[in-house]
Amino acid sequence: MTTDTTHIATSAEHSENHGMSTAGYIRIAAILAAITALEVSTVYIDFGPFFLPALLIMMAVKFVMVVSYFMHLKFDNKIFSLMFYAGLILAVGVYAAFLATFKFFIQ
Amino acid sequence: MTDAVAHGHDSGTGISNIKLGMWTFLGSECLLFGGLISTYMLYRGRVTGGPRPSQIFDIPFTSVSSFVLLMSSLTMVLAVSAAHKNEDRKTNIWLTVTALLGATFVGGQVYEFTAFYNEGLGFSTSLFGSSFYTLTGFHGVHVTVGIIMLMSLVGIFKRSAVPGKKAEVVEMIGLYWHFVDIVWIIIFTLVYLIPV
Repeated sequence: MTTDTTHIATSAEHSENHGMSTAGYIRIAAILAAITALEVSTVYIDFGPFFLPALLIMMAVKFVMVVSYFMHLKFDNKIFSLMFYAGLILAVGVYAAFLATFKFFIQ
Repeated sequence: MTDAVAHGHDSGTGISNIKLGMWTFLGSECLLFGGLISTYMLYRGRVTGGPRPSQIFDIPFTSVSSFVLLMSSLTMVLAVSAAHKNEDRKTNIWLTVTALLGATFVGGQVYEFTAFYNEGLGFSTSLFGSSFYTLTGFHGVHVTVGIIMLMSLVGIFKRSAVPGKKAEVVEMIGLYWHFVDIVWIIIFTLVYLIPV
């Protein structure tokens, strides 16, 4: 019982102390804004064959940054990551198969 | 037995049930938006009548909207941070700013829909139109629900009638809000920036 109570208290402390400083959040937001500006620039500047991969990589980086730092998944219990990424991976898998069925990737 | 357990907020493992439920919900939302995004990707080139995507999309305008929503994630995380430090006034201010930025985004979406409609893209004009309005409309409804939750929270805080831990309630609404933001990160790239 004592162990359980200590564990719960530690967990509560962890959830209150996790995350970053205000300056850290502003830094992350500035990086996100810069990536967004870079994304928009691809519409006006010819990136050639790098256009699509660059856009998809920038999108993924922004996604992971918001989930990891703003949603605190990086600092939180791993079971939350499991619940979220399980849904995400399932969605990507199911819909990639769905799109492949309609020959989306070979158009 | 601690208060947290007595109120049913933490399971025996020390994991917050509410938080676990919220992450599971967000995981399931990935499937909902995955379906809508896939359908759009499949139908975006199916334009039998009405304008094509490249003829109506206003990239500078949508970029500003995206920036506004991205910055609302910053103000939301500052609200969560303030709530954890028990700074009620700051929490209320950041929640209100987040709601205002969200409202600006929704206002932009309403303007965009109106402009597209005036340019000849109705819901049933083409498969592109139907899938575009369904996808972005669903996202807009999610943002609107988020704004309602934020403003309700500000109202409840003013009456000091928050059930359970204040910071956790703010954090849960914050998770929902950030999720809406990450969905837009994907929509912005796949729908607006990648040409058909």
